[in-house]
Amino acid sequence: MRRPAARLLVLAPLALALLAGAAQAGDIAPHERRSGSTFMAPETQAMQADDTGNPGMLWVLQGAGLWEQKAGASGRSCADCHGSAASLRGVAARYPAFDAASGKPIDLSGRIRQCRSERQGATPWPRESDEQLALTTFVAHQSRGLPITPPAEPRLDPYRETGRQLFTSRMGQLDLSCANCHDDNWNQRLAGSAVTQAHPTGYPLYRLEWQGIGSLQRRLRNCMIGVRAEPFAAGSEEFIALELYLMQRAAGMSMETPGVRP
Amino acid sequence: MRRALVGATLALACGSSGTAAQETAEPELAPYVVTGDAITEPLAGRRGDAALGQQLIGERHRSLCILCHALPSGAAPLQGTLAPSLAGIGSRLTEGQIRLRIVDMKRLNPESLMPSYHARPDAVRIAPAWQGKPVLDAAEIEHLVAYLVTLKSEPVEGVSR
Ligand code: HEC
Ligand code: HEC
Repeated sequence: MRRPAARLLVLAPLALALLAGAAQAGDIAPHERRSGSTFMAPETQAMQADDTGNPGMLWVLQGAGLWEQKAGASGRSCADCHGSAASLRGVAARYPAFDAASGKPIDLSGRIRQCRSERQGATPWPRESDEQLALTTFVAHQSRGLPITPPAEPRLDPYRETGRQLFTSRMGQLDLSCANCHDDNWNQRLAGSAVTQAHPTGYPLYRLEWQGIGSLQRRLRNCMIGVRAEPFAAGSEEFIALELYLMQRAAGMSMETPGVRP
Repeated sequence: MRRALVGATLALACGSSGTAAQETAEPELAPYVVTGDAITEPLAGRRGDAALGQQLIGERHRSLCILCHALPSGAAPLQGTLAPSLAGIGSRLTEGQIRLRIVDMKRLNPESLMPSYHARPDAVRIAPAWQGKPVLDAAEIEHLVAYLVTLKSEPVEGVSR
């Protein structure tokens, strides 16, 4: 008696997934994947490529200072535990990761905040604060040029699937999904802006429109506000699921932090 | 699938409870009749002003039209390419056809990218500021219709100029 019911429960989401899949024009072919930077004007590309002209490098420098700075009840710096920045090479390329303690995925910014509160005994900085962005940019910068390598951790799979569902679900008053623009129309323009493929390769990055550095979650928040949806909360499970899906979708592409965008 | 179901329940609700309840619940939504692929009568029985329509169509944070569509007058690098150009639309479609496409494009193409501008919103996670509201009100839709019908294709003039 229990079996058919259980099987139905398993099949229902599958059938839904298949239906949703049929309605989409579909994923981007691997050989067609392009970072957002390849859509930019040559001047903006040059700004990203030149470390002396890339404004994001200011936050990398600030982050390098914070890395060495002792903080909190422990009186220890990040460097006191981790050693040189070289030890961070490749870390950002495999986040979000599975956090065994909470049994949930954690993103890079979340891990830095966790280290700060639990290991340093200091108050974590707010996610979009200058300090938090600087340290995250500094850590991610150590992976620049490395391929994105999402961990083969089965406990992350359900979250990646949630991320895929969020990416392909229409939302907001304008009733559009991320995939409507970024899978199906990445070669088009939304007014003057290239739509792009929504790869997370450059984050945190300097956006000319923001006149500052911003996180991937800030970018996702902007797109949700654009379709007049209520954005997910900062650091929420939904945003981390979306980040997991975006990193999976961009597996093998090169990290560019700090990117520059228009 | 979801849309079809919602449509069916809506039709049922309207059939049984009439329009009075609907009006108190959603005063911002004007009722309309679809004939074929058109809404022949102006919403709320009032025609719009083409000049106001031209202004509104350029407001990228309110009407949003030029995010996706090109207009004959616009500067090319700032034009959207997600949708067909609206140049000459007044020669291709009747007033009533234009009206239905702005009011609820998804009635013609459920998979359309184009938002339904004057329909009961049934999307998820609508931001609180927009909940229960159509994207544009009846008068705004009529201003746009009044402007778009004036966009006739004029190939000969275009060449001679
Ligand atoms: C109506 C179209 C549209 C929708 C829907 C949309 N976006 Fe975007 N997105 C854009 C545009 C346009 C840009 C580039 C803006 C710019 O740089 O000027 C962008 C940029 C991005 C970027 C940055 C890419 C880079 O190279 O920096 C990411 C990531 C992204 N979107 C993810 C999402 C996600 C996730 C969703 C759904 C929650 C979403 N977008 C929904 C149009 C859209
Ligand atoms: C997010 C994208 C988007 C926005 C915003 C948008 N449209 Fe559209 N529109 C489309 C697409 C795509 C089509 C093509 C028809 C389809 O989707 O089936 C279309 C079709 C049309 C058509 C029919 C064109 C033809 O040649 O048959 C008209 C008229 C139109 N739109 C007017 C408007 C007006 C007026 C606005 C603003 C009030 C607007 N649209 C906003 C995407 C959009």
